[in-house]
Amino acid sequence: MTASSPHQPDIAVEMRNIVKRFPGVVANDHVTFIAKSGEIHALLGENGAGKSTLMNVLSGLYAPDEGEIWIYGRHVVFRSPSDAIAAGVGMVHQHFRLVPTLTVVENVILGLDEPRFHLNLTQARAKILELSQQYGLKVDPDAYIWQLSVGEQQRVEIIKALYRGARILILDEPTAVLTPQETVVLFKTLRSMAQEGHTIIFISHKLDEVMSIADRVTVLRQGKVVATVNIEEVTKEKLAEMMVGRPVIFRIEKPRLQPGQEVLRVEDVHARNDKGLPALRGISFVVRSHEIVGIAGVSGNGQTELAEVLYGLRPVEKGHIYLYGKDITQASTREIIREGVAHIPEDRHKEGSLADMSLSENLILKHYRRPPVAQGPLIRWAYVREFARKLIQRFQIMAPGIHTKARLLSGGNLQKLILARELSSEPGLIIAMHPTQGLDVGATEAVRKQLIAERGKGAGVLLISEDLDEVMQLSDRILVIYEGEIMGEVPADRADRNQIGLMMAGQRQS
Amino acid sequence: METAFLITILATAIRAGAPVIYAAVGEIFAERAGILNLGVEGMMLVGAVSGFIAAVQTGNPWVGVLVAMLAGGLLSLIHAFLTITLHADQVVSGLALTIFGIGLSSFLGQNYVGVHGPQFEAIHIPGLSDLPFLGPVLFQHDILVYLTFILIPASAYFIHKTRPGLHLRAVGEDPATADVMGVNVARIRYIYTFVGGVLAGLGGASLSLAYTPGWTEGMSGGRGWIAIALVIFAFWEPWRAMLGAYLFGGVQALQFNLQTIGITIPTYFLNMLPYLFTILVVVFATGERMRRHLGAPAALGLPYIRGER
Repeated sequence: MTASSPHQPDIAVEMRNIVKRFPGVVANDHVTFIAKSGEIHALLGENGAGKSTLMNVLSGLYAPDEGEIWIYGRHVVFRSPSDAIAAGVGMVHQHFRLVPTLTVVENVILGLDEPRFHLNLTQARAKILELSQQYGLKVDPDAYIWQLSVGEQQRVEIIKALYRGARILILDEPTAVLTPQETVVLFKTLRSMAQEGHTIIFISHKLDEVMSIADRVTVLRQGKVVATVNIEEVTKEKLAEMMVGRPVIFRIEKPRLQPGQEVLRVEDVHARNDKGLPALRGISFVVRSHEIVGIAGVSGNGQTELAEVLYGLRPVEKGHIYLYGKDITQASTREIIREGVAHIPEDRHKEGSLADMSLSENLILKHYRRPPVAQGPLIRWAYVREFARKLIQRFQIMAPGIHTKARLLSGGNLQKLILARELSSEPGLIIAMHPTQGLDVGATEAVRKQLIAERGKGAGVLLISEDLDEVMQLSDRILVIYEGEIMGEVPADRADRNQIGLMMAGQRQS
Repeated sequence: METAFLITILATAIRAGAPVIYAAVGEIFAERAGILNLGVEGMMLVGAVSGFIAAVQTGNPWVGVLVAMLAGGLLSLIHAFLTITLHADQVVSGLALTIFGIGLSSFLGQNYVGVHGPQFEAIHIPGLSDLPFLGPVLFQHDILVYLTFILIPASAYFIHKTRPGLHLRAVGEDPATADVMGVNVARIRYIYTFVGGVLAGLGGASLSLAYTPGWTEGMSGGRGWIAIALVIFAFWEPWRAMLGAYLFGGVQALQFNLQTIGITIPTYFLNMLPYLFTILVVVFATGERMRRHLGAPAALGLPYIRGER
């Protein structure tokens, strides 16, 4: 049955009773979503609430199992992203859809019918420059994508959608990769596009952003719509409650502690990235016991390399690393583990766990060489079972049993598993890279509390995160990294977002 | 005397390079689309034998060329189906294709060993072939050699300067992005895997109908593998593949001609050279750093399944 749309001229998008199922989950459960022409409409929800799925349906990437879509009052069925583009719906994905080895123009015209055969790019170039001027999207059309900063790449994505005549623009967590200043620029662009009559759908889980940019907001929770409200009618606290389903405390209690002895000392460390280019250019800092040192910065400024260097996964070109005063610059990862260093890696699936091995096997990855887990060349499985059960209970890992494969765990439970393994060896230093990325509010809280508890027990924590709020909340001191150098250091209790933002963009602390 | 020797070497290098150029350019197309096809040797052999049989049966070498191209193309579709539709491992599938091709070509050709058949004769291009030095080096070849002179610039132009070429590059570099941009990844991969097979088949025909007319078992003698190595050596660029093919042809030419001027290097040693050279190229060209700098298609060898990252 195709009920006709009660269509009003100012409605750009109407999605009705959308259902999208994946094996084992209903990602969208009868979702109805309406966006008006010329508004900035935020789609708010936790990770896994179904925001991206809903927008992937709207952009033609997924076919809905049930439900109907109207664009400007016209009933549409999208079989592919190009159908959606043809109807005026463009999406800027969280992970950019740009081919790094092609130029900006080539990426913009990719998949279009023009030019027919010979690649004459003069016209395309002119149109890109025109769009870029109109909306303040500064970018060089002939640059290769790999040469561009993340912010510039995002502009290319927006231009790409506009070039195709998108009137409805979906942005999936667009600020996650930007500095606060770049965010301001983006918001200006979005404002001017909305004024020109474009409809902007803005996916986010950051409340402050939503409050500052959106006209209206639709909140999703566990695949269902909680409500759609005008932004003037709500507060941040109210939105948080709608999103999580219970009142949320924004501040985490952190006792004041006097930093103790020096745990880690990094002196003028240089290292190269996978492409052989300098990634760390003279990094120096100290982490003491009883303190959390946060490293803030936009992704790709050497954070990954820093964590790898400290954990013995990447060679140091120049400089020294000391753990409790002992030089570990050339030490292997195994030696560093033995010295009591815990590592919460960036990618919990690839580096943090063995997907096809059981929980108990994953939990002993750092212990299996020595007693009590090892007995000569053998492993004492009876002990391992007991050990694993205790950890699962202590860290509240939700899993059917100790023999469950790690791949079956949700992101939050997998992260708890990694924490359980890493913290069970009573580490003196914890290197935590994006420890709460992609976790829901509950799991995030649990992880943060664990880190603060370890600090209380005397560990030194190095927290590397792109989430500035997280760094500001947890850290005792904040260092800002930019292009492999430390731009400055601020004590967390006197940190100023704006000042940190400038340093994230490369301005040295005065 | 020395000039004459140099002319012979260069002319032979170009002649001997032609079959390898076809195969290598074909593989460049397939790999640019992200499909590694290690079945080149098998496709060349099947092309050589089926082309020769068709030429003998019809008395027309052009029919042989068409049949060889079709045979190579059909064989490549097996690889395409396994790897693109069924997401099978490309290395395993390609190796199986080569082994299959070797067997199939021996089977088909069992009654044609030593048979005399039609072949492409050298055409002296009027005027140009009389030029001193360049004439005998470049313009006294058979038609299949001349076609490589067109194939190289045409494929370089196609890859870099046309819209289908842009889509080809995008599919090999980043199929997920190409897909979202409305490019049909599977179709493009099928097309260029097929093109790769067609050109490998043509390379085989240029062996059995022009370079060494006739059919002998395993007559490609590892040229399919050389072609695959050349693709890496060439960093996926047709012009460089041509250069590599001529280097290979030059070594072959030396092998024939050194003895005539009284230099005795064991033939076995010379036979070994192209492979040694290949190993060196692969060692130098496949280091992670080189790959990133010099642009192996980023998605080479990886199946594309929508919705997986």
